[in-house]
Amino acid sequence: MQSRHVESFEDWRNQARQLIAAEISPREVCFRENSSQAELFGATNTPQEKLPAARPFRVDRKFMQLADRVVCHRDVDRYDLLYRILWRLTHGEPKLMQVTVDDDIYRASMMEKAVRRDAHKMKAFVRFCQVETESDREKYVAWHEPDHKVLRLIAPFFARRFRGMDWTILTPDESVSWDGKQFAWGPGVPMSQRPRADSLEELWKTYYASIFNPARLKTKAMKAEMPVRYWKTLPEAELIDDLIRKANTRTESMISHREGVAFTAERYLPEDLTVESFQAGLAQCDACSLCEHATQVIAGEGPVPSRLVLVGEQPGDQEDLVGRPFIGPAGQILNQALQDAGIRRDEVYLTNAVKHFKFEERGKQRLHKRPNVSEVTACHPWLQAEFLLTVPRVVVCLGSTAAQAVLGRGFKIQTSRGQFFSGPHDCEAIATYHPSAALRVRDVKRKEEIIRHLTEDLRRAAEKAKA
Amino acid sequence: MDTRQKLEILADAAKYDASCASSGSKQTRRGSQIGSTEGMGICHSYTPDGRCVSLLKILLTNYCIFDCTFCVNRVSSDTPRARFSVDEVVQLTLQFYKRNYIEGLFLSSGIIQNADYTMQQLTMVAKKLRSEHQYGGYIHLKTIPGCSDELIHEAGRWADRLSVNIELPTQNDLKQLAPEKDSTQIVTAMDTVKTRIDETKADKKQGFKAPSYAPAGQSTQLIVGATETPDATILQTVTSLYQDQRLRRVYYSAYSPIPHADARLPGMAPPLVREHRLYQADWLLRFYGFSADELFSPQQQNLPLDIDPKLAWTLANRDRFPVDINRADREMLLRIPGIGSRSVGRILQIRKHRSLSVADLKKLRVAWKRAAPFVITTDANPSLKLLDSLQLKQKTSTERQLSLFDAIDSARSGEV
Repeated sequence: MQSRHVESFEDWRNQARQLIAAEISPREVCFRENSSQAELFGATNTPQEKLPAARPFRVDRKFMQLADRVVCHRDVDRYDLLYRILWRLTHGEPKLMQVTVDDDIYRASMMEKAVRRDAHKMKAFVRFCQVETESDREKYVAWHEPDHKVLRLIAPFFARRFRGMDWTILTPDESVSWDGKQFAWGPGVPMSQRPRADSLEELWKTYYASIFNPARLKTKAMKAEMPVRYWKTLPEAELIDDLIRKANTRTESMISHREGVAFTAERYLPEDLTVESFQAGLAQCDACSLCEHATQVIAGEGPVPSRLVLVGEQPGDQEDLVGRPFIGPAGQILNQALQDAGIRRDEVYLTNAVKHFKFEERGKQRLHKRPNVSEVTACHPWLQAEFLLTVPRVVVCLGSTAAQAVLGRGFKIQTSRGQFFSGPHDCEAIATYHPSAALRVRDVKRKEEIIRHLTEDLRRAAEKAKA
Repeated sequence: MDTRQKLEILADAAKYDASCASSGSKQTRRGSQIGSTEGMGICHSYTPDGRCVSLLKILLTNYCIFDCTFCVNRVSSDTPRARFSVDEVVQLTLQFYKRNYIEGLFLSSGIIQNADYTMQQLTMVAKKLRSEHQYGGYIHLKTIPGCSDELIHEAGRWADRLSVNIELPTQNDLKQLAPEKDSTQIVTAMDTVKTRIDETKADKKQGFKAPSYAPAGQSTQLIVGATETPDATILQTVTSLYQDQRLRRVYYSAYSPIPHADARLPGMAPPLVREHRLYQADWLLRFYGFSADELFSPQQQNLPLDIDPKLAWTLANRDRFPVDINRADREMLLRIPGIGSRSVGRILQIRKHRSLSVADLKKLRVAWKRAAPFVITTDANPSLKLLDSLQLKQKTSTERQLSLFDAIDSARSGEV
């Protein structure tokens, strides 16, 4: 029995070649690494026996691929195992590599698999930290503890991936640096000397916490893929416990908190639509929660049918108390604009996209609050019914809420004001400013401009309705 | 709003998208300084939901003019909104990539202004990364249905993968839950991508140096459990996507409760087991020679929840078993429960040199408990007598003997 010391894969390969040539069977030889472990058995003192030069011979390429990875495994018997397989391949079993259920091949392939997985995890879990340098190139350093000695397998991958970047990977066994051109190998480094935290880590943790969906907790699956032993170098790992702990509560609140409306006003629509049945149905509507606080529901007013229909956003404070649309301050402005445009108010039908007043109480005041999309959606069937009743030739949408209710959600007043579009039931629709816009601006010039546009758009709508 | 707050909102908005693959690109782009796409995808982290973090998966913005019921970003939702600038996304991607946190970028967006404008913004991110920063990592862009062909062509130049979300399996489902989405538009967008991929391949075959176009192909996602549509219909749709559009992947996403959920949808835990079974069935379609029709019967239009679809097929086709491991052809070996396609490859290879025993199969790491009653090996296999037993189903089910009630439990807990 001879004991042979191996420095590296290349070294083992040379020795194995010579041993095969000398017909030394696996039973007569054992390989040991040149490490402290070997010294324990006092083997280092035995002088290495000289071997005759070997003639080159061919062996299944699969074996070389396997061996290249198996040598990275920490198992002390790996060189012996590889030599035994090599012996069998060259002594009557040339197809051995294909018999993957053979004991030796199976064991080697298990080792190969462990190394491959460890290498793959290293590609994934190396985390670079940016470090200060004097040069103008950015420099990144990572500390990682692989299960096996895979740094040599992996370094070329990182060089291809981060070609234009200076980086160093430290492991307890060895370290390697890349400067954009070549590798520099160095000694191992303990965890205590790993680089300090990177300023980007907070941002990364924010991402990690946000991309996790608490409704799908599967901690077992997570730990299988990201074993806990790697967590010490992953900045996001410190969030895991907290995320798991809160997942259930978060999911429950997701399920219990729903918004929008379960149904729309459609269920209150009378089958036989008349002005009377419309108003009777409207009076009962509770499709959204606005009905709970408003004083009363406010239907449109004006002749039925009507060639011109004006749609606003929703009733305001005074409208809510009196029960008629457009009688507050905005109504005054609208009245003036109608008059200037040569339109009699009692000749047009006036209504709102939402039929209840929405407000926020501030002291004694009830401040108007814009209806949200779900409320507009819930109320939409009433508006549709009003169009059916009035059969308008032209619909004027006052403000963006009305315009979006009539012309679709993408509609923008700023870009499409004053243009005619095809509206509901083959009528024409035009959008313009809501009269309350004139109340909100401080700038006198701007105020005049808004009123001028409003009046002009109303005049054009009226002309179109007459034609 | 600072970048961190935006990231919080726009990553949160993207967490319902199931897709995460970062593999399938042929090779790293020439001249890349940062980033590569070689080999299989790398998962850089895992969240407690067991899903990997491989890509920076974010929305450019979660403002959206659409009102799709199942989506947290629908216009009628009160969810907080944010919008990244193109440069912010470029910088985030590069900074995360250089620290090896991610494998690439998966960028999607709510629809703002119109389809063309939104698509232009998405494409600009990819173009900047490639041409200004020599970024060679993975980029997956979500294509906005209804945008112009030119924009889809431009996007494919810079991206590795394009996807158009089909979202719901039938036109009827779309009408119900996503009224502004149009299945014709979705299919047209997929067609545009497919045609361009084919053209690029043809050019390369003829020796032209065509610029790469979506080298990792296209994929889609559909939501499961938001409507009544059964698995059979879903898998028929999926089959035609694989055949006609030659999609690389279809992702199934169990409809998950969302904060700000629309009241029109029932609040419920996501049907994770159903999602899992669909992935298994999808696998059978792509790698095991099954057709969608074989997995269902007129009475059974959904995949069983208690056993995997291959075992279910086997139990319904007992007369075709047992199968002789040492003689059967590839097609039949692929149909044995508990034996994967990789193991089938190995069995065929080993068979050339020697015949296989029970112990050999165990070494190949087949799921022996499931496979045992269905295979003949060189040696005695006492489990064979189970084949005609009434208890076959219980004996071959997973180690934990999942009953239907367990399945419901696991649907609740999420552990499959």
